[in-house]
Amino acid sequence: MNTLGIYIHVPFCGKKCSYCDFYSVCYNKMQADCYCEAVLRNIRHYADKNTLVDTVYFGGGTPTLLTAEQITAFIDEIRKCFNLSEDAEITIEANPNTLKPEKLYNLRKSGINRLSIGVQSMNNDELKFLGRTHTSERAGKAVNDAIDAGFENISCDLMIALPNQSADSLAYSINTLTDMQIQHISAYILKIEENTPFNCKKILDIMPDDDKTADLYLQMTDMLNKKGFLQYEVSNFSKAGFESRHNCRYWKCLDYIGIGTSAHSCYKGKRFAVEPDLQAFINSPVQPVVITDDSPCGFEEFAMLRLRLAEGLNLNDVELHRKSIEKKIPPLIKAGYIKYNGENISLTEKGFVMSNSVIEYIIFS
Amino acid sequence: MANNKIRNFCIVAHIDHGKSTLADRILEKTETVAVRDMEDQLLDNMDIERERGITIKARAVRLKYTAKDGEDYIFNLIDTPGHVDFNYEVSRSLVACEGAILVVDASQGIEAQTLANTYLAIENDLEIVPVVNKIDLPSADPERVCNEVENVIGIPAMDAPRISAKMGTNIEEVLEKIVTDIPAPVGDTDKPLKALIFDSYYDSYKGVIIYVRVKEGTVKVGDNIRLMATGAVFTVVEAGFMNATSLVNNGSLEAGEVGYISASIKSIGDTQVGDTVTNNDFPCDEPLEGYRKVNPMVFSGIYPADGAKYGDLREALEKLQLNDASLSFEPETSVALGFGFRCGFLGLLHMEIIQERLEREYNLDLITTAPSVIYKVTMTNGEVQYIDNPTNYPDPALIQTAEEPMVKASILSPSDYVGNIMELCQDRRGIFKDMKYLDDTRVELHYELPLNEIVYDFFDVLKSRTKGYASFDYEMLGYTPSKLVKLDILLNGDIVDALSFIIHTDKAYARARKIAEKLKENIPRQLFEVPIQAAIGGKIIARETVKAMRKDVLAKCYGGDITRKKKLLEKQKEGKKRMRQLGTVEVPQEAFMSVLKLDS
Repeated sequence: MNTLGIYIHVPFCGKKCSYCDFYSVCYNKMQADCYCEAVLRNIRHYADKNTLVDTVYFGGGTPTLLTAEQITAFIDEIRKCFNLSEDAEITIEANPNTLKPEKLYNLRKSGINRLSIGVQSMNNDELKFLGRTHTSERAGKAVNDAIDAGFENISCDLMIALPNQSADSLAYSINTLTDMQIQHISAYILKIEENTPFNCKKILDIMPDDDKTADLYLQMTDMLNKKGFLQYEVSNFSKAGFESRHNCRYWKCLDYIGIGTSAHSCYKGKRFAVEPDLQAFINSPVQPVVITDDSPCGFEEFAMLRLRLAEGLNLNDVELHRKSIEKKIPPLIKAGYIKYNGENISLTEKGFVMSNSVIEYIIFS
Repeated sequence: MANNKIRNFCIVAHIDHGKSTLADRILEKTETVAVRDMEDQLLDNMDIERERGITIKARAVRLKYTAKDGEDYIFNLIDTPGHVDFNYEVSRSLVACEGAILVVDASQGIEAQTLANTYLAIENDLEIVPVVNKIDLPSADPERVCNEVENVIGIPAMDAPRISAKMGTNIEEVLEKIVTDIPAPVGDTDKPLKALIFDSYYDSYKGVIIYVRVKEGTVKVGDNIRLMATGAVFTVVEAGFMNATSLVNNGSLEAGEVGYISASIKSIGDTQVGDTVTNNDFPCDEPLEGYRKVNPMVFSGIYPADGAKYGDLREALEKLQLNDASLSFEPETSVALGFGFRCGFLGLLHMEIIQERLEREYNLDLITTAPSVIYKVTMTNGEVQYIDNPTNYPDPALIQTAEEPMVKASILSPSDYVGNIMELCQDRRGIFKDMKYLDDTRVELHYELPLNEIVYDFFDVLKSRTKGYASFDYEMLGYTPSKLVKLDILLNGDIVDALSFIIHTDKAYARARKIAEKLKENIPRQLFEVPIQAAIGGKIIARETVKAMRKDVLAKCYGGDITRKKKLLEKQKEGKKRMRQLGTVEVPQEAFMSVLKLDS
């Protein structure tokens, strides 16, 4: 049976963070209700009882701005329209402020079994700088409340390379987070995007340089490894067995359908994307999509995605390119960027921080 | 019109003394150009000339002037460049003239180029008409300057017109002097045609246009002309003169006149500046003397930044050569830069101008290698080689003697800066010859300097050490034995041929260090560490390292939006196309250029 992941995008936010360039709109109950209707319509549109859905992911925006009932309705609809696996991984992204004990309880009850909490930092100065509305204390409480509500698979977002971030403040965030019963950490390097308030001289001037960023990244990898969080992708770390199954679909060229504004899909041999237009999504019987790639997962893409994973690229899977890749291996090994066991290339920690150049070198030049 | 009503003259001066401005005023006064069409530096119609405020190309224009004696005269004015590198342009123009207006700045007085250009004019038997310009400046001292002209050059100057070309003061005096002092051309219109080609350019509609001075005979539309050096024969389509802004087809040109001929000449190779044009049916016995060939003194490799533009570069060079006979080029190949040309120039400014014209007028993106002079190498087996490309420098073990070209340099400057100038010349391995005072405050110094010490930045440094007051001129002296070595630059252990150069042993270490530092600044950090080494033979004398880049990662989740990551990689790959790939090292164009300007 075909397997599938379903991504549902919830574009609403209480407040937009200063660094964020994703499509989002200010939360409004009426709009949210209409939006949920449209999502349900689209779930029905893609309905296929012969497909086993083994991951569902609610991303945003801030999906937890929706009520637990609305989330429950989505999951129920997916169960009706597809063959939803018994042990499906069902994740929701959450802002700590939205995670009250009762909400957590109801979310758990709806079938959500994985939480991805946008903690970002356990340092209040840093949270304030990022424009986050929560404090580190609130984030800690949200995690503990989630554990109390029965969540056994919790991921926290962590942002590194913030202006003035010291090795100590990063260590503090990592230690505080990993001291709690969480299983997964997604770590991102702050990147200043063009159309965000952060894209100004005042901020750009105080951003850490590449060397400092590399130092922080390697410090983080090292600390997380020691705490039992193993790096399985450029930005993802988990206890054994807690890798995000949904995100792995992206990196392994497996099918996923994205529903909602600006959601991306890779489904039945095509990549397509929904336009970032809330009204168009609400008003269309079926979400309007643009095909972005009609023959995805060719060599370059496949290799690029595989190399982002710790398990790496097996040269048996890219036999045609084996010779040209093998020639490039010695300098990469010498520089400490990759490991090679005769058939599998994988990036080292040093290689991960340089992954763009390393991957480009392997697949293009 | 009878020959005795024609005056052919040029204007010579040191750079910036106001040649082109005087030319502008003469055009205005003779009403050759309507005031509304007038613009500054009218004859300098290249953008690059206007921007830099200098004249590169000589130009000819015909003017009509009604003199105080009531007669109409035809003036053929040839504007000429002032910079030392463009002497050949000046000397070409001089052959077409009987007289030269010598413009001297009323406050600066005689400068190195004033002398050089005046001597050229005297060598060509031209009548010199001195003119003192810029009398409107507060610091003007025409009396002193006239004295200087009489004492230093030795021509009468006390009755020289004192003018302000900028303000238009006393321009008529100059025009009258042209009539009274400059002799009319001689020449027999009935003799067989004999005309000297003093310039040419390519017009995309008419083909090659040649500028000529008719010495004997007549040429008319429909005549069959022969270019004597090449033997090529053409039928004249147009013959006429140059207006300030356009060509006027007059149907014919006669002995004594300066004008142009267009004859559907398609091949650039058929026309040689300095060649003689004659009538194919009634040829003259022997050609005019022509020009001595100008020998390039500075060489450098010019490569298209985009290898695919090699053909375009060749075409552009061919066209420029037609317009600038002093430019020479031949194909060469570099491991680092691919296919390009080794080009010969008269000097560094000439080299800069050519590069800029190639880039602007032909829209090319170029990489240039360090300028080199021609070294004379005598091998142990007695064979003599002339080396203009460092890559071809022989193995030192096979060299008996190596010689480098020397120049005789003359520097004019206010006496306050003598110390600075001597220090500079000393530093450039100069040999002091003599120094004389032109007056109480100005001196002329003579040095013998190795040409390779002045081709990089000598003039710039001289200017900055004398607050811009010193002027400089040089002429070739010949070869002298020298302790030369070839310095190689290695990136990641491999020699980059385009960066090799020949240098005096005493200078090698300092230069090597500087180049290594410059390259380090200009080669971006990349995937692999880049060792930069400078070596003489096998011996490393300087080393720098471009450390490997440490962070280049997109650690951000895009909700399954893979296209964004892929685009990023593709963009990155695209960005690298502007770089030269040398082994695993990516070298940007700027890195090759940075070593040319070591002091900035």
